Amino acid sequence: MKILVCISHVPDTTSKINFKDNDTKFDSNGVQFVINPHDEFVLTRAMWFKEKQGATVTVVNVGNVSTEPTLRKALAIGADDAIRVNAEPEDGFFVAKQLAEVAKNGNYDLIMAGKESIDYNGGMVPGLTASILDYNFVNACIGIEVEGNKATVTREIDGGKEVLETELPMVFGGQKGLVEDKDLRIPNMRGIMMARKKPLNVIEPVAFENTSKSIRFDKPVVNTTCKLIDPENVGELVDLLHNEAKVI
Amino acid sequence: MSVLVYAESSDGKFKKIAFEATSYGKKVAEIAQTNMVVLTINADDASELKNYGAEKILTVNNDRLNTFNAKAYADVIKQAVEKEGADIVVIDSSSNGLYLAPLVAGSLNAGYASNVLDVPESVSPFVVKRKAFSSKANNHSELTTNIKILGLAKNSFGLVESAGAGAEENFEPSLEDADFRITSKSIDKATGKVTIADADIIVSGGRGLKGPENWHLIEDLGEVLGAATACSKPVADMGWRPHSEHVGQTGKPVTSNLYIAVGISGAIQHLAGVNAAKCKVVINTDPEAPFFKAADYGIVGDAFEVVPKLIDKLKEFKQNQ
Ligand SMILES: Cc1cc2nc3c(=O)[nH]c(=O)nc-3n(C[C@H](O)[C@H](O)[C@H](O)COP(=O)(O)OP(=O)(O)OC[C@H]3O[C@@H](n4cnc5c(N)ncnc54)[C@H](O)[C@@H]3O)c2cc1C
Ligand SMILES: Nc1ncnc2c1ncn2[C@@H]1O[C@H](COP(=O)(O)O)[C@@H](O)[C@H]1O
Repeated sequence: MKILVCISHVPDTTSKINFKDNDTKFDSNGVQFVINPHDEFVLTRAMWFKEKQGATVTVVNVGNVSTEPTLRKALAIGADDAIRVNAEPEDGFFVAKQLAEVAKNGNYDLIMAGKESIDYNGGMVPGLTASILDYNFVNACIGIEVEGNKATVTREIDGGKEVLETELPMVFGGQKGLVEDKDLRIPNMRGIMMARKKPLNVIEPVAFENTSKSIRFDKPVVNTTCKLIDPENVGELVDLLHNEAKVI
Repeated sequence: MSVLVYAESSDGKFKKIAFEATSYGKKVAEIAQTNMVVLTINADDASELKNYGAEKILTVNNDRLNTFNAKAYADVIKQAVEKEGADIVVIDSSSNGLYLAPLVAGSLNAGYASNVLDVPESVSPFVVKRKAFSSKANNHSELTTNIKILGLAKNSFGLVESAGAGAEENFEPSLEDADFRITSKSIDKATGKVTIADADIIVSGGRGLKGPENWHLIEDLGEVLGAATACSKPVADMGWRPHSEHVGQTGKPVTSNLYIAVGISGAIQHLAGVNAAKCKVVINTDPEAPFFKAADYGIVGDAFEVVPKLIDKLKEFKQNQ
């Protein structure tokens, strides 16, 4: 089984978010970048396919040269090789187009992505990639087993879960819960050394007309005044929630 | 030109988000000076949509669509868009909505904005405000394609009642076997419980509650309010509560009207998941807990004393309603 794991390179969860050039661009100054949390779960699940079922695992990112440390980290965790599509993506559709191209050319059986990146919160790339390839697609997955070309997938639904069956090739949008937190891997010294020798191929993007463009950013108005209520008088809270906030 | 809204139903019944999407579609149609068409799939009674401004309703009734199937549903939406010549498509952000929207966008080669927070700020160019960086920021983006797919973020528009003619028209899409390459084997739903995704009110507990044996405080408070219960990440990690209840940047996002945090410090990763809640209340012994900076109302106090009192006061309040 050939697996392609799509890795999104995102600001660490503790990052302060700032913008530059008149609020038109994300300011990466001082920001630590990491593998998108959902993708970490997906990558770990892919490693189990490698160890238990002899799968090969390629990781891919669509991004400029600054994302290479993130790909090297994925290699250190155990992926066999990496591909970087050399582009500054404008939107999720562009990324999906590039990933579909890589998936098709490499004849991958299973394309594994996260359900959402925590930067632009698109939740677009996996479904669009599947749609472009006309591959089967399951989103928001918390479980997957593959036997031959049959896949059994568990997805999260509002208030529960659903088990689905389908065939490879398929695109998989995975999320937290796919493996347990304690199973997530941190690269060790040996992994880091080996990752230096593993191939990281840089390829050029295929042409694609954008479907959207980012105009500007701003921040939600944050409430800086918390009204404090005396713990001896919690009735006041009930009153405020009813009459002032109108939420009960 | 028109706006097409997909009004989601489950077992034939509409959820609140279907009415929210319809209310929103109505407003978008007004701004774009066009009409709105609402699409339903196997809904028992489409006429309910009239109350939210639906003038025309396309009703699809087909036994093959009894169980949700993203590919098939996306295909139905695509065909409805083509039939109506719609150029703006509104889809909600339920787990099914998030699953099928990119498939609709892909099949129509349409620009797709997910997590949309408001009506378009302009129609030409077509610019919408979306959530970004886990609600730490908003992104304003322009969709440049003829057809535009809008994924409406939950609880971002609300319900707006207005009378519509609600003329129903039966629509028979052509379904292909290729639409059914994925089969549903089993569905496992916790019944009778409000889910975090659907809840108007959420009561959430953190490590400050000391142990799972104290969770009756959260559950009782939740019950008087008709709320869903949630927790912080360490609480789920320690197995006090199931992982499906963990909210935050790496857990479930919260979009409720009211979020009550009990014994939760308000770490940045937790707040990232609850920023979108309209009103936040914190109960914590430590006045320096970061949650106080993000909350609208706060009580500096011991949860074990404050919560039982709050439950009593709420019961009184509910009785007098
Ligand atoms: C990559 C990453 C992702 C993460 N994602 C998430 C996430 O999605 N969601 C999440 O929640 N966390 C997440 N975290 C963890 C986060 O950083 C915090 O550790 C966590 O939110 C703290 O949980 P807590 O507030 O329950 O516990 P604590 O920080 O231990 O806070 C307990 C609070 O309870 C108060 N307290 C104690 N006793 C009482 C009492 N009797 N009455 C009232 N109050 C009391 C204390 O004053 C304290 O403020 C993530 C961390 C990392 C590194
Ligand atoms: N630039 C990218 N390169 C590779 N994979 C990506 C990229 N952006 C998004 N993805 C994948 O698509 C998933 C969903 O991302 P998004 O649609 O941006 O929320 C991520 O979890 C990744 O697996």
